[in-house]
Amino acid sequence: MHQASAFTTVYTKIEQITKATCSLRAKNVMNEEMAIIDGRAAQVVKMQGDLVTLQIFSGTQGIATDVDVIFLGEPPTLKVGPDLCGRFFNAYSQPIDGGPELEGKKVPIGGPSVNPVRRQQPSELISTGIAGIDLNNTLVSGQKIPFFADPNEPFNQVMASVALRAGADRIILGGMGLSNDDYLYYRRTFEDAGVLEKITCFVNTNDDSPVERLLIPDMALTAAEYFAVEKKEDVLVLLTDMTLFCDALSIVSNRMDQIPSKDSMPGSLYSDLAKIYEKAVQFEKGSITIIAVTTLSGGDITHAIPDNTGYITEGQLFLRKDTDISKIIVDPFRSLSRLKQLVIGKRTREDHPQVMNAGVRLYADAAYAKTKQQNGFDLTDYDQRTLKFAFDYAQKLLAIDINIDIDLMLDTSWKLFAKYFSKDEIGIKKELMDKYWHKEDE
Amino acid sequence: MATKGQIVGVVSNLVTIEVDGPVSQNEICYIALDDVKLKAEVIKIQGKYAFAQVFESTRGLKVGSFVEFTTHMLEIELGPGILSQKYDGLQNDLEAMNGLFLKRGEITSAFSHSKKWEFTPLLKAGDKVRAGDWLGEVIEGWLKHKIMVPFVLEGTWVIESIVAAGSYTVKEKIAVLKNSKGKVEQITMSQYCPVKIPIHAYQNKPIAFKPLETGVRLIDTINPIVEGGTAFIPGPFGCGKTVLQHLIAANADVDLVIITACGERANEVVEIFKEYPELDDPRTGRKLMERTIIICNTSNMPVAAREASVYTAMTIAEYYRQMGLKILLLADSTSRWAQALREMSNRMEELPGPDAFPMDLPAVVANFYSRAGLVELFNGDFGSVTFIGTVSPAGGNLKEPVTESTKKVARCFHALSQQRADSKRYPAIDAIESYSKYLEYKEVQEYMQANFEPHWVEKIAYIKNVLLRGKEAYEQINILGDDSVPVEYHQRYWKSELVDFGFLQQDAFDKIDKATNMQRQRYMLDLLHKICISEFDFTGFAEVNPYFKKMINQIRQMNYSEFQQKKFKGFEDELQSILMERKKT
Repeated sequence: MHQASAFTTVYTKIEQITKATCSLRAKNVMNEEMAIIDGRAAQVVKMQGDLVTLQIFSGTQGIATDVDVIFLGEPPTLKVGPDLCGRFFNAYSQPIDGGPELEGKKVPIGGPSVNPVRRQQPSELISTGIAGIDLNNTLVSGQKIPFFADPNEPFNQVMASVALRAGADRIILGGMGLSNDDYLYYRRTFEDAGVLEKITCFVNTNDDSPVERLLIPDMALTAAEYFAVEKKEDVLVLLTDMTLFCDALSIVSNRMDQIPSKDSMPGSLYSDLAKIYEKAVQFEKGSITIIAVTTLSGGDITHAIPDNTGYITEGQLFLRKDTDISKIIVDPFRSLSRLKQLVIGKRTREDHPQVMNAGVRLYADAAYAKTKQQNGFDLTDYDQRTLKFAFDYAQKLLAIDINIDIDLMLDTSWKLFAKYFSKDEIGIKKELMDKYWHKEDE
Repeated sequence: MATKGQIVGVVSNLVTIEVDGPVSQNEICYIALDDVKLKAEVIKIQGKYAFAQVFESTRGLKVGSFVEFTTHMLEIELGPGILSQKYDGLQNDLEAMNGLFLKRGEITSAFSHSKKWEFTPLLKAGDKVRAGDWLGEVIEGWLKHKIMVPFVLEGTWVIESIVAAGSYTVKEKIAVLKNSKGKVEQITMSQYCPVKIPIHAYQNKPIAFKPLETGVRLIDTINPIVEGGTAFIPGPFGCGKTVLQHLIAANADVDLVIITACGERANEVVEIFKEYPELDDPRTGRKLMERTIIICNTSNMPVAAREASVYTAMTIAEYYRQMGLKILLLADSTSRWAQALREMSNRMEELPGPDAFPMDLPAVVANFYSRAGLVELFNGDFGSVTFIGTVSPAGGNLKEPVTESTKKVARCFHALSQQRADSKRYPAIDAIESYSKYLEYKEVQEYMQANFEPHWVEKIAYIKNVLLRGKEAYEQINILGDDSVPVEYHQRYWKSELVDFGFLQQDAFDKIDKATNMQRQRYMLDLLHKICISEFDFTGFAEVNPYFKKMINQIRQMNYSEFQQKKFKGFEDELQSILMERKKT
């Protein structure tokens, strides 16, 4: 993979080997420098005097104490340039699509942060056609938002369709621990949609080493920064599955003898994730939007991974199955897009914010009525109406197979309000009520 | 001769330095890396080794790198020109930096050293002074910025000379002081101050008594904070912590707001950067940015500087407090700061306390909160620093070390509830769980009785009781079923809903409803109080819900209308006629 130059020192005496690390005595080594140990990629993680500890991404199986260790004199890098377009790479940016080696300008991955005062306020609406997203949790360019989903839910499919409808100039997929089938699914979906030229993929499948995954987000985001900063493009970065990324972090920290904090995750989990997600940015021209997937275990969002993620990202899209309509919906209670206020009622129709709130509130009333029903209580007339409303609302708006524009979503909501409720029960500002309250077609 | 050293070990941002002379705990040092210098703080010393946390990425550092010590602790520069600035956690001016990306090791001056200020002396040669005394003043925007005797000077000094009124830069000498031991100090308008040592230049810290108006009804009326008080807002993600903080920042009745974005999202700060220069301060008509200072160390910026950022902010707050101003300091979020402490403690392989946080976390938090307060300055003026911190409890569980440590020291507790947020009842502060210790203070009660109305405190207690009884009734209804409880229970429940929808809930995105002044809050509370003490005629429980919903709808429309204007009164009349339909006389 990397060629050692003629002047490089080759070390051949490893003093200590653990499952993930090797230590040896070496001079003039830089922190976070890359090295090659017996042909495998490794990175400096600790230095104590001349004793250098390296993390070997693909594991230490079969490493002998006398193998060649070559320091490369640079942190991990990616070659950026037009060659990235339409390509599939592994975690080290080596082609896995049978194409030629990557050529371009070499830049270190995991680079510095954007100066906050140079950021612009995200303001471009990203429409996906999915009402559970566009109506209740509107996305904005420059946003970072994960799907929270159980592993058996079709998050990769939803994400792929969001990516294709979002109208980005560029889509960069960072796949971590993808099954080979998922990898092929993405590849085929992008090919079928005829957008291969807009795509760059960095993929670590689950037959690769888990520790290699740690490089994937930085690779994907370094490529994204190239397109957003130098080409001024609107870039959409897809990261799936971040839970597997975090699992790799915990493996490494465990092997480095760090004291684990909540749920055996490293104490630095928040900062580690923030470094990735905060790469989402809106520039004057060009932007990076990050849509990720965090799989949950049994819908538990208090686990350290979704919990830390939720504190970093600008909302979350929670997928769950609605048993009434027997479809996957975007849960209106647990989902949130923090940036929606920047666009709803401004880039969309004026009644959007209030219609959105009223709809969710009525759906919450229905959930309450349902609990009552399950507990064997009589339902009031209002309860009955909320239940009917909830069924229609889920069927016509929340289901993820919906693909309509936002005005139609609003009109549909008004229609449902009028069908089941009186004006008093809706509680929307009077001016809007007068203007949009759905009258039966004459 | 300053101590020097060289790097002998690196793990992440913790470096081990072999030193050739004396070093002190918390001393600042600079590590040479190519052509830049990385700032670091000593956090542990063992023999000839000093352990330092680096405020920047340590990528590329080598064993043997040269280190230079400064003899001083982490300090910031204070003087005219801080107002409206945007700093990182170490007080670098972010606007002055070049390029789209932050450059490692870039240091920018906190304010201009070349700008001339119109200085007016307030004292004359021969006057006796001590730290914090006002030597003179300059006009900084709208405020008379006092030039003070440096806080690091101890004891009494005599002014040997002071310059005449005129224009000077912050680095020009404006006075010479001498103490009894004959020590002479040259004074300029800029002074350096260590951030981890509180500024103590005041007579005493009296009990804070005056409610601070924030425009948020759930705070001002239900659980008020006072000028010089402390409050904290814990809540799981997505419950509206940040929106609430921004609302308070925009509407609070104070002279100056310092916002610390400590390990939080960059886009949230961008919102302030972009909107505050445009938004009007409702009280003065000036732009909000003119009364705001932002310390911004977002989550992707170096972790060690996150800890420094809250201290930098507090020191700036104390500095302006010394001018007799009312300061509001907001920190979002103190949990990120605690996590920064945890990361370091972990790397130093200290024995961990609960949840792997360092053992001294409660002491660190208590120490910080104690820096807020109302102070009486030496000249008899008052200044205050009010501190509101958010806490982001892991998993939304309030029984975690940061929340618990904070609960011991902060006097107001505004708990955000996931349940309220899920049902979109914003602000999602749980009125029953939350408290304000200030309501129990005799001084605060007296102030309220005298300035709000004679029975204000009892009224608040009554309303809180309505909420509590409503909650109990709701539980009973849920257990027994709608028709198995007396209709009275439904009334109780709906009265609490009326208070919730009509008063507690506030639309942060409506230009009228987002901030309610105290006069309006009192008016609305009085109205709701009257409804709550009334009895109504119902023949069955099914009538209760629609009747109260009609009233709630009118009250909400009132909240969306200009106070006491035609529309407002129209809705109020409508409400009164609904009230008459069933009210028992």
